[in-house]
Amino acid sequence: MIYLDYNATTPLDKEVLEAMLPYLEDVYGNPSSTYAFARKSRKAIDEARQKAASFLGAEPDEIIFTSGGTESDNTAIKGVSFARLPKKGSIITSSIEHHAVLNSVKSLEKFGFECKYLNVDEFGLIDLGRLKDYLGPDTILVSVMYANNEVGTIEPVKDIVRLCRDKGIYVHTDAAQAAGKIKIDVKELDVDFLSLSAHKLYGPKGVGVLYAKRGVKFEPLLHGGRHEKNRRASTENVAGIVGLGKALEIARSRMDDEERNIRILRDKLQNGILERIPEVKLNGHPDKRLYNTLNVCIKYIEGEGMLTHLDFEGVCASSGSACTSGSLEPSHVLLAMGIPHELAHGSLRFSLGKYNTESEIDRVLEIFPPIVEKLRSMSPFWNGK
Amino acid sequence: MDLEYTNKVLEYFKNPRNMGKIDDADGIGKVGNPVCGDVMWIYIKVKNNKIIDCKFQTFGCVAAVATSSIMTEIVKGKTIDGALNISNKNVVKELGGLPDIKMHCSLLAEEGIKKAIEDYRSKSKT
Repeated sequence: MIYLDYNATTPLDKEVLEAMLPYLEDVYGNPSSTYAFARKSRKAIDEARQKAASFLGAEPDEIIFTSGGTESDNTAIKGVSFARLPKKGSIITSSIEHHAVLNSVKSLEKFGFECKYLNVDEFGLIDLGRLKDYLGPDTILVSVMYANNEVGTIEPVKDIVRLCRDKGIYVHTDAAQAAGKIKIDVKELDVDFLSLSAHKLYGPKGVGVLYAKRGVKFEPLLHGGRHEKNRRASTENVAGIVGLGKALEIARSRMDDEERNIRILRDKLQNGILERIPEVKLNGHPDKRLYNTLNVCIKYIEGEGMLTHLDFEGVCASSGSACTSGSLEPSHVLLAMGIPHELAHGSLRFSLGKYNTESEIDRVLEIFPPIVEKLRSMSPFWNGK
Repeated sequence: MDLEYTNKVLEYFKNPRNMGKIDDADGIGKVGNPVCGDVMWIYIKVKNNKIIDCKFQTFGCVAAVATSSIMTEIVKGKTIDGALNISNKNVVKELGGLPDIKMHCSLLAEEGIKKAIEDYRSKSKT
């Protein structure tokens, strides 16, 4: 199998698994209990919190462990809004967010909040000018992703913060794709909330972080015990949190080497596809883009067919076609970038990671062009160009 | 992928029968819309009220390719009336089933052959 879908999820790093195992076996004490045995679990969480804080340049008490990126996004967006009630306000996000953000924001319309969606340009960059126009006295939160999961475009989060800072407007960024790939320092970035997920950076599924800057006000999503300083009730997912801490520690120490290697492979795949296959459109920003992500539209054919042929050959990738999203609409990200429907149906995303090798890329470059040729020979729009 | 296709669907997708166009077709049915992601062109050759050849070109997903391909096989050798009696249910049955979200592909194949026959009839009148 050749796995080229690291933006969907990553395999668990063996070192992470090793770190987690004791907490799935012998060290089962409830971290909230008082005896020495349970304090082992508590200590493991404290250490993971320290690692997460170091990873982000945050203070340990600014780290809240959650069940993943989706919960972190929901907590920040709904939490800030609900803390305002009975007052309402307006929330601004971009049209290319992950659905965890987009649908959280949308849900607030039902509660009387006003929601505004920022357009993006052809490269997927948000319109800062439009953001300036949207910001008003009733704006309470701006939520824009750090890097887009489908096309990899990196958004100007720092510029967004600059526009919001003196107005007292909170800024949240969904860094699920950026974390582990780009160095993030929340102090330098100066955001109020940041979400990340363990399974996107070789950690386990079902655990994530919400960074919440000291002093920010938000209503918790989960009410119950006094866990996470009353900000997220539920007995801690100890093994998951330990795994997350380890994954962040590894990512922090090896990010530079990984970037170099992965970028070389991604560029090789990108250039190989553009050279070997005619009529291909590269999606996302040419430079301001995650170094592991390659998103292309292969004109005149449809994505699910390509994915299925790749799957026959043991290659895992993804597409923004309607058929693969389980809806009738192709990717909202590609459409927001102004890509026509028929082209968006033929989109394909390869996202690379630290376990990919050059021979895997060679193999994909060998099998993929004939797949495109075969499907194009079937297409009424191709006509043997 | 969250879609489960039958082996027969995958087989027809992998090795589609009757793929291509008929240059001197007696009728062509062009159905679907690229905006929705599925377009089928069905070509027929008719002799003595019988469909003696049928081919397809398809832009679309796995199910779109498989349904259009098997439709060409089903109608080949049938009379015009016999072909008009073929419904999407026959296509789905032949393929051993289709995921619910893909049923529209089988309807498109039915519509395609009907359009091709309509085209043939309108041409043969003149």
